[in-house]
Parts: sequence; C-alpha cells; structure tokens
Amino acid sequence: MDYGFTMAAYAVATVLFVLALGGLSNQEKAKRAVWYGIVGMAVAVLATMVGPGSGLWALSLILIALGGVVGWQLATRVKMTQMPELVAIMHSLVGLAAVFVGLNAHLEIGRVAQAFAEAALPFPQPEGPMSTAAYQLWLGLTDFAMIIGKKTAVEVTILRIELMLGIWIGAVTFTGSVVAYGKLAGRIDSAPKQMPGGHMLNAGAAVASVLFAGLYLAFSDSGFAAILMLLVLTALALFIGYHLIMGIGGADMPVVVSMLNSYSGWAAAAIGFSLGNELLIVVGALVGASGAILSYIMCRAMNRSFVSVILGGWGGTSGPAMAIEGEQIAIDADGVATALNEADSVIIVPGYGMAVAQAQQSVSELTRKLRAKGKKVRFAIHPVAGRLPGHMNVLLAEAKVPYDIVLEMDEINEDFPSTDVVIVIGSNDIVNPAAQDDPNSPIAGMPVLEVWKAKQVFVSKRGQGTGYSGIENPLFFKENTRMFYGDAKASVDALLPLID
Amino acid sequence: MKIGAPKEVMPGENRVAMTPDSARELKKLGHDCLIEAGAGAAAGFEDAAYEAAGVKVVADAAALWAEAEIIVKVREPKPEEVARLTSGKTLISFFWPAQNAEMLEKAKETGASVIAMDMVPRISRAQKMDALSSMANIAGYRAVIEAGNNFGRFFTGQVTAAGKIPPARVLVVGAGVAGLAAIGTSVSLGAITMAFDVRPEVAEQIESMGAEFVFLEFEAAQDGSATGGYAAPQSEEFREKQLAKFRELAPEVDIVITTALIPGRPAPKLWTEDMVAMMKRGSVIVDLAAERGGNCDLTRPDEKIVTENGVTIVGYTDFPSRMATQSSTLYANNIRHMLTDLTPKKDGVVAHNMEDDVIRGATVAHAGEITFPPPPPKVQAIAAAKPKPKPKEPTVAERRGQEVAAFRAETRRQVILLASAGAAVLAVGLVAPESFMRNFIIFVLAVFVGFQVIWNVAHSLHTPLMAVTNAISSIIILGALMQIGSTSMLITIMAALGILMAAVNIFGGFMVTRRMLAMFQKS
Repeated sequence: MDYGFTMAAYAVATVLFVLALGGLSNQEKAKRAVWYGIVGMAVAVLATMVGPGSGLWALSLILIALGGVVGWQLATRVKMTQMPELVAIMHSLVGLAAVFVGLNAHLEIGRVAQAFAEAALPFPQPEGPMSTAAYQLWLGLTDFAMIIGKKTAVEVTILRIELMLGIWIGAVTFTGSVVAYGKLAGRIDSAPKQMPGGHMLNAGAAVASVLFAGLYLAFSDSGFAAILMLLVLTALALFIGYHLIMGIGGADMPVVVSMLNSYSGWAAAAIGFSLGNELLIVVGALVGASGAILSYIMCRAMNRSFVSVILGGWGGTSGPAMAIEGEQIAIDADGVATALNEADSVIIVPGYGMAVAQAQQSVSELTRKLRAKGKKVRFAIHPVAGRLPGHMNVLLAEAKVPYDIVLEMDEINEDFPSTDVVIVIGSNDIVNPAAQDDPNSPIAGMPVLEVWKAKQVFVSKRGQGTGYSGIENPLFFKENTRMFYGDAKASVDALLPLID
Repeated sequence: MKIGAPKEVMPGENRVAMTPDSARELKKLGHDCLIEAGAGAAAGFEDAAYEAAGVKVVADAAALWAEAEIIVKVREPKPEEVARLTSGKTLISFFWPAQNAEMLEKAKETGASVIAMDMVPRISRAQKMDALSSMANIAGYRAVIEAGNNFGRFFTGQVTAAGKIPPARVLVVGAGVAGLAAIGTSVSLGAITMAFDVRPEVAEQIESMGAEFVFLEFEAAQDGSATGGYAAPQSEEFREKQLAKFRELAPEVDIVITTALIPGRPAPKLWTEDMVAMMKRGSVIVDLAAERGGNCDLTRPDEKIVTENGVTIVGYTDFPSRMATQSSTLYANNIRHMLTDLTPKKDGVVAHNMEDDVIRGATVAHAGEITFPPPPPKVQAIAAAKPKPKPKEPTVAERRGQEVAAFRAETRRQVILLASAGAAVLAVGLVAPESFMRNFIIFVLAVFVGFQVIWNVAHSLHTPLMAVTNAISSIIILGALMQIGSTSMLITIMAALGILMAAVNIFGGFMVTRRMLAMFQKS
C-alpha cells in the first residue's frame, strides 16, 4: 500500500506549522499565523484518515467532534488569569495520549508476532526479501500492523526503544502537568514538598527505569513478562513526574510549564519514530525545541541554571545577606494619587500579585485615566513575572491595555532614572535591588527591573513580609519607596476616583 | 544666661535676630531673653508680643548690651557696638571676618567671643543654622518678585480673546541657594526659565526645578564640591566662552537674575555693558551680587536704574530686609538652633565647645584670640564627585583585531559542536538501520528549524506560543488514528481515548490562542 498523497499532505502541514510558529514574532502577524496552524492540523488529520488511519474512521470522526466540543467549551470559558492552569492540564492530555499510543504499539508488536508464529513463519523478518507466504500474511494485516510486520530484528528493537522513550516521557509529562496544574490552580500547596529521600528518590527511580528498560528489551518475546516490565517502567515515570514537580515551588512554574511543553513535544517525536510517521517527528521536534528555548529564556531571566530550577530551591548562598537599614514607610491612597497627579511619566510593574487579586481591569482603567491626562504611562514586564512565560502581557491585553506601551525589561530598564513615579503591583523578587548590590543574596546576579532609580516608587503589597521566595527586599526600605498596603485591586480602585 | 537682641543700627535694616516664637524656644533651653524696645517693630513684631512671650523689654541699646551676656544680631557690628563688648560676653551675628579684619581685631581685644553666622560650615548637621542659605532663599524669591514688579508683562504665556501673550523668558545665572529659589519661583509663575552655572554637576538640580540648563561645552570642567558648594574663579578662556554664550542669549531673555558669588572676592562681572545694550526695551536685570560689586557692569548698589535702552537694573542689597517678617523668623530660628548646640544640657549654661566642628568653624574670636580662619571641617560639605572613568576608545586596528578574534572563537566553537554532533550521529548510524536514520535526519532538521524559528518569537507572545505549541503537539492524534483500526479491542479503546484527549487539546489550544491574540490591541 502506498500513501503518496498522505505524505504530500504532511509536507504541506509541516510548512504550515513552521509558519504558525514563525508568525508569532509580532502581534499582527500572529493573528494570521494561528490560522496556518489550524489549517495545517486539519490537513494532517484528514490526510491521515484517508490514508494510514482509515480504519474505523467514523468512530474517529465522532471522537474528534466530541473532543472538539469539550475543548471549545474549555477554551471559551477559561478566564485569562487561569491560563497557566489550562496550559498545564492540556499538556497532561498530550502526555497521556502518548502513553496510550506507545502501549498500543507494544501490544501490536505482540499481535503481529503471534500472527506470524501461528502461520509458522519467522518474525521479525530475516534479512533479505520477504518470503511469499510471509508477504501473503502481511497483506492481511491492518494499517499499523503492516508497518511492524515487515521489520527486521534490529528494526523491531529500535522500535521498542522508541516506544519506551515515548511512554516514559509521556508519563513524566502527564503526572508532572497534573501536579503543575494543581499548584497553579491552588489545589495543591505551591510550596516545594518532597518525600524523604528527596532527589535521591528521583535518581533511584531514573536508575530503576534504565534497569527495567534493559529487562524489557531482554524479553524479546513480547509476552506477559515484557508487558509487565513496560508497565513498571510507566509507573516509575509517573512517579518521577509527580515527585519532581512537587519539589518545585510556585514561583518557578514558568520554567516548569515550558519544560513540560518541551517534553510533550519530545514524547510526540519519540512516538513518531516508533510509528514511522514523519509528521509526528517533525512537529514533536518543533514543539520540543520551542519549549526548550522558553525554559532557557526563563532560566536566564532568573540567572539560574536549568538544573538548579528543576532540582528546586534557590542556589546556596556564600555568606550572610547584607543588613538592611531604614524602615518601610506606608502611604495611603491620597498620597499615591497626589504623586500620580503631579507626575509626567509613570511606569507600572505588574507581577503575580496583580493576577491573584484580579486587578488588571482596575490597572487598565487607571492607565486610561492617566493617559487621558496626557501622562506617559508604560508597563515594564520582567520575563518571569507571573506563572507562565508572557503571562502579564496576556492579562494586560485582556484588560485592553494597548500592547505598544507594554515593554520588556531590556527595553525599559534605562528609562527608570527619568521616570517620576513607578507603581509596583504584586511583584517582589523581580524588583529586588539585592540582586545587584548584595553578592551574598540568593538572587545575586539575576537581572532585575531597576525601579529604585525612579524619583518615587509605590509598592502595592498585601502586607509586610518577604513573599514567596522568602528573600528580604531592600527596595521596600529605600528612601524614595512608599508602601501602599492592601489588596491590589482594592488599592487601585481606591486610587481611581482620586485621579482627576 | 541672658540673651539679648538689640535694634539694628544699620539704616534701612528691618530684620531682628529674635522673634517671640524663637524666644519661647530659647526659654526652654533655660535662657532668659531681653529685647531692645522697638527692635522688632520694622519686622512686624510688637514689644507687646515679646512681653507676652516672656521677653524682658529693655529701654535702650546701652542697657541691653550691659545686661545681656549673649547678644544676637543680624548685621555685622558697628565700632560703637564692638566697644560695648566685654570679656565673657558672646556676640552672635553676621560678621564677614575676611572683609572686616579691623573689626575682628577690636573684638578680640575686648576678650569677648564672636560667633559669625556667615561662617557656619556647610555640612548637613549645620543646615538648620545656615543663615546664609535661609537668607539667600528669600533673596532668590524676592529677586523674581522685584523683577516682576519692574517688568511690564506677564510671566506666563496666555492666549486670550484680546490677543496672545508670550511667556517671559528668564535667565538665572548661578544656581546656588538663591539661584535655585529664583528658578523655582520663576518656573511656578509660568516663565520659560533657563539657568547657568559653572558647576556641571548642578545641571540635575536645575532640571529638577523645571528649568533648562544652559550647557557650556568646555573641557576642564571643575569640581565645585571641593569649595563647599561655591564656584571657584574661572580661567580666562572659560570666562570668554561663558560671555559668548550670554551674548547669544541676551537678545532673547526678558529677565536676568544674577547670583554669582565667589567667596572672599568681588563678584565676577558676567553681564557686560554690551549685553545690556543688546537686551530688549523693558527687560529687567536683578543683580543679587550688588553688595559685592555686582555681576553686571552697570549695577549700582542699593539703587534701581534704567538704562538708555530701557533696561531696568535692580541693584538692591537688602532683599531679605524687604521681607523682614519672613527673614526675621528664619534668621531667629537659625540663631536659636545655634544656641541649642551651644547649650547641650538645656540648663541655660553655654558650653563653648571648640572641639565641635560647627561651633569651632563659626567662632572667629574666643578667649582673647582670633580663631579665624578655622581649620577645614572634618566632614566634606558635598561628597566629591567621583572622577568618571573614561572608557578607552579602542583604535580601529584594535577593534578589527577583537572582531577577528571573536569570529575565530565562534568558528572554533561551532566547528567543535558540529564535529562532535556529527560524530555522535555517525556512531548511531553504524548500528542503526537505514530506515531509522531516514527518520533521524528529519528529526534533526526539525529541531534545527524549531530553534531558528522560536528565537524570533516576541517575548510578549510567549503565552500564545505555549498555547499554540500545545495545540500542535496534539499531532499525537495521528498515532492514535493509525491504531484505532486494529482488530484488538484493547488497542482500539486506548487509541479512541487518545484521539479524544488529543482532540480536546487541538480545539482548546487553537481556540484559546485565537482568543488571546485577539486581545492584543495597538493604542
């Protein structure tokens, strides 16, 4: 059987997917690019259904429609602040699907081997052309079994390695994403937690995985022993995914989510290898690369290595932290409003606290009022603000803040000295001057927004305290800093009527 | 101790060194206060008000000088006043010891202590008793008001039904305390204000007050902080450049306020006759340096003149005295702070501690000795500006060399990376069959393309990127689609579940991406 048409469609889909990702280089192009992705996916699915996936296509259609309705509902109902959770839970679906497809591939190998054994023919195929009897049997196999049926011994071994990898990565992605979802949605305590043994447990599970992988390959007969090994391997991977992410704190979630994004891609690529499906390989590799780059960008923004983030906790400190002098001085809404009314240029630095308090609409309203008075209002976004790469941009966009006044750290950091007022809403570590001043600080060397260089800084914060990371922030004690205590939304709402 | 304030003998001097409020504070230190009858009248403080504050009103100057142990005054003492000093008495007033050496000698001979308010060192701790600053602040304010009084137009620009009014253009020369006060007043009245100072480091202060710094391109810009916040004399070449800049500005400006003073020297001539001639009719020059000869060639101290081309030049030297109520209040507070430092135990006993930087600096005569000039204070007035490290400009050859070296290093890195990656792939190829390697090539290329494409994604679009990659990673649905046709029930069921989950992802992922992207709007 020849699927020339399908392969041609795959080529088209590949190009469309690359365009879809490349189009995200700017906001306007992105709106068009997402359609490339949608069309690419439709072409890929249709081509597979008329080609190698033609079995039971009616059922497939029904399932796709059903899944589509659920996905549609999810996507239209989700609030923008819940985006991190949604992305995490969707990764888990990809992971689980990869596990299922991998297990299926194993079962199919067993069935093909059985079919050949019943006909007293050798399997895997010996080197050289297939015998006539074997060819006859092969013709009677279903779609996927045909791919397996013609494989030689080495090819079958590689196939098993590939499907093992697919299952393993898929399983890690699945439990990891579920835990990440739980932490982001607040259903699991976001503080890092590990079982006794900590990372040794993970390492042990990883070593055991390799061991069982070897055993699985040793049981070449695909019988009960082999499937047992595969299931143990899956269980180990599920444990690693769970335990690894449980040990990582809420503030490191941007890295975790992008890492899981990357894994879901690699899982798809591994499955693509085992199924001999080029499109799966290509798209899996694209997604894997994308997630890997996002993780890298996030890590660099925190000046930490990927390993230290994944292993959880801040890196060790080399000495006592610098003592902080001064005191935190509080201010009320009137004071902030007066300063805002007098200011010419204002920069707002939002953080996760803004998302938690759902304050983005109020912040947008404040921005609108200030801009209407002819003041220069801009937003400074640190790469790791929020719980997802680009989280703040999406929240502000939802609240109708124009994207051209929302700037990245590198674009705006030099402008702080010429700024009258900076309002920090719910961020802490990303504006911590200790990162630059105190070589003993746990975040020393992390690039931060230099808000303290502005003439005046107001920090909207729920109360005194060090926040998630537990690192004291000297910014709060600076002479030009005033603390605006209270819930972020309530605080900003209190400001609105005072801006005239 | 008894602290007494006599009436100022200098004609036209309206200020007084003690107010009812400051007297109340002095009493808290344990002192008794005396005042000469009518001393505060010109500043708006009646004798009755002093009496109400518990101050003893003394009929004439002779009685006061005789009774008081500490005499507080505004102006430097006249010979007849110095003659009234005796050993054990202390005089606190402006003294100008550098210019009044003769008077200082006389004061020394009496054996009295003299504290010169103009000698208070300019350090942070002493700001509260820095009478020069408090008086300069008033002078700066008053200079603008005087200028406005003599200027025939508005400060602020307006467009009215009766026609357009251009804003006044004000140039302030010298941005010390008086200059900054003048800038602030002028800006708040709405004038377009420019300011010049020889110390480039004050540019920031000028701009913070809302004025425009007149920038002078000059190499050997000096560090004014070494001279206690005053400007030092300038080189001839610098002066020429400065005058050229002023000539350029003269026809444009409506009001010039000059405040340039150099300690211990006559005021520098900065606004020459030809500049005055260039100015528009009706323009005003206020010369705050008039007492020391004036910054303007034509200034006549204590007089207001109008030149032939209609430029008014105000040379008053008594700006603080013209606002006697305000300036007396501030000066009396300066005196009161000085006495607070002199009475550390608050028991009414003055301890003249010559170890104290501030007291030592201000004391010009003590225990029959002249103690002027004082040793330099231990604390610098202004932190010395750090010499800016000049980044070394690499020569063209050096830069070229660096570029080549960087290029070589990059090439080496890339070659090593490619060679090792190539070797690894070849090693896999030795054992893996061709069918695997075909797929592997595709995989490597796809990763490569992925890296190239994703680096260009805008940071702000990272969340949509995650959503869209999430959607397309559901491509795993193809695997499930291929398997669902199997004759095994178990495989079909698992494949069906896979399809269902992947479909949720596809639709959910793309939908949510579209929703997010639609929100990004340009302003």
